[in-house]
Amino acid sequence: MDVELLSRLQFAGTIMFHYLFPPLSIGLGLQLFLCEIAYNWTKNPVWESAARFWTRIFAVNFAMGVASGIVMEFEFGTNWAAYSRFVGDVFGSALAAEGIFAFFLESGFLAVLVFGWDRVGPKFHLFSTAMVFFGSVFSAVWIVVANSWQQTPAGYKIVWQTIQDKQVPRAEVTDFWAMLFNPSSVDRLTHTVLGAFVLGAFFVASVSAYYLLKNRHLDFAKKCLAISLPSALLFSTLSAISGHGSAQKLAVTQPAKLAAIEAHFHSADQPTGLTLFGWPDAESETVHFDIKIPYLLTFMVHNDLSTPVAGLDQIPLNDRPPVWIPFQMFHLMVGLGTAMIGLSFLAVFFQIRGSLANYPWLLWGIIFSPVAAMIANQAGWITAEVGRQPWIVYPSVQNGVAMMGLRTSEGLSESVVASQVASSIAMFAVIYSLLFAVWIFVLNAKIKHGPDSVEEMEQLKKEHRDESMREAISDSGRSYGGSMLEDTGK
Amino acid sequence: MSYELLTFIWFLLLGVLLIGYSVLDGFDLGVGILHPFVAKDDRERRLVMNSIGPLWDGNEVWLVTFGGALFAAFPNAYATVFSSFYEAFHLLLACLIGRAVSLEFRSKVHSPSWRRVWDVGFFVSSFVAALLLGVAGGNVLAGMKLGPDFLYAGSLLDQLYWYPLLVGLLTVSLFAMHGAIFLYMKTEGELQQRVQKRITKLFLAFAAMYVIVTIATWIHVPHATDNLKRYPVLWIVPIANALAVLNIPRAMHLGRPGYAFFSSAMVILALALLFAVAIFPNFVISTIDPAFGVTLENARSSAGTLRNMLIIAVIGIPCVLSYTVVIYWIFRGKVKLDPASY
Repeated sequence: MDVELLSRLQFAGTIMFHYLFPPLSIGLGLQLFLCEIAYNWTKNPVWESAARFWTRIFAVNFAMGVASGIVMEFEFGTNWAAYSRFVGDVFGSALAAEGIFAFFLESGFLAVLVFGWDRVGPKFHLFSTAMVFFGSVFSAVWIVVANSWQQTPAGYKIVWQTIQDKQVPRAEVTDFWAMLFNPSSVDRLTHTVLGAFVLGAFFVASVSAYYLLKNRHLDFAKKCLAISLPSALLFSTLSAISGHGSAQKLAVTQPAKLAAIEAHFHSADQPTGLTLFGWPDAESETVHFDIKIPYLLTFMVHNDLSTPVAGLDQIPLNDRPPVWIPFQMFHLMVGLGTAMIGLSFLAVFFQIRGSLANYPWLLWGIIFSPVAAMIANQAGWITAEVGRQPWIVYPSVQNGVAMMGLRTSEGLSESVVASQVASSIAMFAVIYSLLFAVWIFVLNAKIKHGPDSVEEMEQLKKEHRDESMREAISDSGRSYGGSMLEDTGK
Repeated sequence: MSYELLTFIWFLLLGVLLIGYSVLDGFDLGVGILHPFVAKDDRERRLVMNSIGPLWDGNEVWLVTFGGALFAAFPNAYATVFSSFYEAFHLLLACLIGRAVSLEFRSKVHSPSWRRVWDVGFFVSSFVAALLLGVAGGNVLAGMKLGPDFLYAGSLLDQLYWYPLLVGLLTVSLFAMHGAIFLYMKTEGELQQRVQKRITKLFLAFAAMYVIVTIATWIHVPHATDNLKRYPVLWIVPIANALAVLNIPRAMHLGRPGYAFFSSAMVILALALLFAVAIFPNFVISTIDPAFGVTLENARSSAGTLRNMLIIAVIGIPCVLSYTVVIYWIFRGKVKLDPASY
């Protein structure tokens, strides 16, 4: 295989593995924040026990996100050197800002969130949780801005530098704010963060529904469902609305991508139908086994029936994205999203009537819902990233002047050869498979163990207090913790 | 502000990030290297790990931010250096992953063999990470086989010869000593006494490596002293460095571990400054043809971006420093195991 395909596979693999974790950190962070607000408001110890439980899950997930995220930060340089040179002036700023504004905030206060339960008061702890949550959202802001700039570049000019007698182009920022708020930043950021909120809400609902079904930790389960199910309904509905807005913008900013995700090969003067299912074949430019709703695509894109939707035939052959993957992934995302709205609607309905526990099939649906949310998040990004091919940076028109783009094939590290990439893929495949297994194993163990009951928690806190007290009194500073600490480090 | 001044400021700010990283992650890498040698039983191993428990993650962010800042301020340096060190860098990334998950997962299961696996992982990844950071530094200092258009013309083997490996060992001994002093401050009783014995040996090992690498640099990297010759006032850096080194055993002897830790942090700072003095105004010189090297001038971003980034840094860095201080204050004192510990 050639370096380009290998490098793309490597990037896809490492970013998809990484993206298992940050959305859950963002979404779970919000649920954790809500639990702690409830605790500070009501002083009900069940909320504290819930917050401590979700903290333990959060910590494991966060560590995985950090570990897999460091790879991303440096992969641009190792595998995409030419791309790095082209976008460094723009993309680098966003990445550096992410480090300074988001990562330090998250990682600093994470220490208090995870290890500070018995060191700081509940108010400061709540503040720390908020900082970790905001930090994770800021992180999404910068990285999605950077990604959006590549899809819909703005606020820049192309400068040809002379380096060692050779003319090398690069994008330089001319307007920082225009770069930041490029045409797709806000829409795509909203949709990404909502996707994370949906995942977090369904994750909390899933674990709680499992306890409800098994008749364990009932107080905890009902309280957590009271927060997570309504937020799942709210966020999945908002997500559909924002997704619709994003798709409408595509017609203007990236018509080739829109045509690909709808498998719309041939432009036509009359209104175009919306393909619900099908098997697109880019070779023959047809969709096999398709089920279509007439007129709907034109209406959904333009809110009218008269404006034609541009098909792939209006895009030069070598500028067309692949069709099959974006089409299927987009439809998978939309399908799962719709199912999640339906599921959370039913769940909230029965929750309000107080009869949720009587419907085991519904509880099972909730238990498996995070998998659907996870797949929808991944499928959405696959749609976005495969749909923008063959461009790594889209060409654009700025103030009436056409700006060159950068093709993915032009972004590679010129000095890196296929065998290097292949061995790195092999190494990461082994490490990531192991990590994934361990992550599932530890997550499962923690969920099986469940939250501490209020009595257990108070007992642990009391022992911890006594311990500190004894040490303070004995003054020797050498009285190590008793063996009970050993047994409580869950 | 002129373009030249902005470029120089960003060179210094990258130095600040690298120093922040080396001083902070240096001690937790060191703790990882010492882990199997100072802790005798499971409880002690947990104490050792939890001494850095709340801190390591924030420390690593300095490296991530360094990467982002290098990308933004000097894209050509970022692209050239990281694609040249392809295998070494991917191995370093694997080590950083290994450390993170070893810490996170080790104490989650009550099985001695499970824990042993993660103990080994923690040690190996810490050791190799420290070694590779030093090897990378040694290569950058000595120059690399850069061909035209910033393309690396060598292979992994060209990076693993005696000089960078010596710098790698210097880094390992430095971080191990730095970590040992940190651990001394965070522990008590028998464990602390064992750590104390290690500090003396590690200091001697570091001092030996320090002398060896200094001589080796003199011989192998003659251009490293160019700036010292041009600006004799810079001799203050190596002199301060030597004084800080000597101050470590003195402070330990006086029974002031905090002062000793400050001194070893100063050693790291001085070594990083020496590194900067040695390479300026280049990032990497080419051993093939001096014209192929990566310099501040041919690697930098546009003036506009350097200015925007400086505004970001001026807003961000005080925030970062203030909550770093708060976090270290909250987790001050001897390490204790509690229900939230690893």
